[in-house]
Amino acid sequence: MTNLTDLTLADARASLRQKKLSARELASAHLDAMAKAKSLNAFISETPETALAMADAADARLKSGSTAALEGIPLAIKDLFCTKDVLTTAASHILDGFKPPYESTVTANLWKAGAVMLGKTNLDEFAMGSSNVTSYYGPVRNPWQKRGDNRPLVPGGSSGGSAAAVAARLALGATGTDTGGSIRQPASFCGLVGLKPTYGRCSRWGIVAFASSLDQAGPMTRTVRDAAILLGAMAGHDPKDSTSVPRPVPDYETSLTGNIKGLKFGIPKEYRVDGMPGEIEKLWQQGVAWLKAAGAEPVDISLPHTKYALPCYYIVAPAEASSNLARYDGVRFGLRVKGDSLDELYENTRAAGFGEEVRRRVLIGTYVLSAGYYDAYYLKAQRVRALIARDFTEAYEKCDVILTPTAPSAAFAIGEKADDPIAMYLNDVFTVPVNLAGLPGISVPAGLSADGLPLGLHLIGRAFDEETLFRVAGVLEIAANFTARPPAVGA
Amino acid sequence: MSLDKATVARIATLARIKVPEADLDKMVGELQHILAWVEQLNAVDTTGVEPMTSVVEVTLPTREDIVTDGGYADKIVANAPEPVSMGEGAFFTVPKVVE
Repeated sequence: MTNLTDLTLADARASLRQKKLSARELASAHLDAMAKAKSLNAFISETPETALAMADAADARLKSGSTAALEGIPLAIKDLFCTKDVLTTAASHILDGFKPPYESTVTANLWKAGAVMLGKTNLDEFAMGSSNVTSYYGPVRNPWQKRGDNRPLVPGGSSGGSAAAVAARLALGATGTDTGGSIRQPASFCGLVGLKPTYGRCSRWGIVAFASSLDQAGPMTRTVRDAAILLGAMAGHDPKDSTSVPRPVPDYETSLTGNIKGLKFGIPKEYRVDGMPGEIEKLWQQGVAWLKAAGAEPVDISLPHTKYALPCYYIVAPAEASSNLARYDGVRFGLRVKGDSLDELYENTRAAGFGEEVRRRVLIGTYVLSAGYYDAYYLKAQRVRALIARDFTEAYEKCDVILTPTAPSAAFAIGEKADDPIAMYLNDVFTVPVNLAGLPGISVPAGLSADGLPLGLHLIGRAFDEETLFRVAGVLEIAANFTARPPAVGA
Repeated sequence: MSLDKATVARIATLARIKVPEADLDKMVGELQHILAWVEQLNAVDTTGVEPMTSVVEVTLPTREDIVTDGGYADKIVANAPEPVSMGEGAFFTVPKVVE
């Protein structure tokens, strides 16, 4: 048998069902790999005992013929999902010691489907970042590095620990969350498939909230099929999240037909941004050629408000964050820093508990929502958001799916872009509009930069049309034949 | 729009985050930089455009007004710093707020 940590989720599932492999063996192989890869700092908490207990329970069910979707599959969980009695930090000092007495709906769905929890992965603090450097628990190292240059690179963010774990073969798949690109950009930086579902597809209940009108959970895996399997188990209506949508969850695997003949894919002219490296433009053209060769037809489209998406996002997201993060007050859970009065207790706790980027966003959010500025900033941004969403609606009159690059660069070094928040925000230039419009998007590994780093292509779909995304992503995956592996993992 | 120290101090108070006087200047610069950048939205004509408050076109569901959960105060306070249990009750604690 090949190295167990190198299996795809789909192959592991088949081997488990055929009893060629036990869930305990599979979990143990991943726990061993995690123990050897601590220098990546991909996990905030490892849960080996839970993993083995869950694996044994899965083995017992497999023995009695269980065919649950993820029976015995070891997964890593972004430490933004509340997990019952297991430390949940959102990578923030302010949640010190927090062990939720409840389970998030998405993780509960995974355990119900038979999955095994390996641990909780590192992230940017409260998912605010694009490089996993704002974590209270330290930066994550990308298992990839440039050819002939061993400087540590960022894995992207905010789901950087999840991306590093799956790329380094420490888990068969992982959960991420995506508010402005936090699944797709790290997937691109680490050579993975990452999907942000349509807003409302997965329940947000029990996920530490950042910006509630934008946040969605989604899968991060090494293949498109694996992402289809994982999303199928994560998704579904939940009465506890009034924005989750009561629609049946399709069998996403069946959408991987390989047939995209006659499909129209849009190429938005506004996505040719200044300063984008030539190799990314070239990869995008290559993507066009691959889809054409498979019988799809490119269509020129325009998304005229694209350039306003980032500034719009940096009003809407901090505004919602400042409201969501008001609950961290040192009274009911997490860190408490004493003060002589209740206000002082709040102020001391929040000053000590929040990192620099989180403080910055809470202050921006408070400002744009404050009396006298609400109309000029927040309402204005909501109106621009409506125009950004309308751009997509109009584009989908001409095409079925949109093809763009995922990020304007490959992974960069830890410490780079740290001085200027706006330079960091630009990482998400292609992904943020999708969240603002509530649409599904997927990043597929499509090639390597001249330095040997992964680059992703990005597909944007119509609302609740993840099936078309999977179908087209499957075609891209076969055409790109991305077999490169992070040097840390070996051949 | 130009920020000053007094405005940033007021915002920090509203957000209940202590910002030491010595850090205010740096904070003014950072926030000013971001606000100047987001102000490019002013170039967009939004006349007659309704603000978008939700991306899902659903009517919020309603349910029967009945108790479906509860009865575990001890779990609720289990994560609290310095909780207090007295008799049947479990309590969060805060500094004295009345004299």
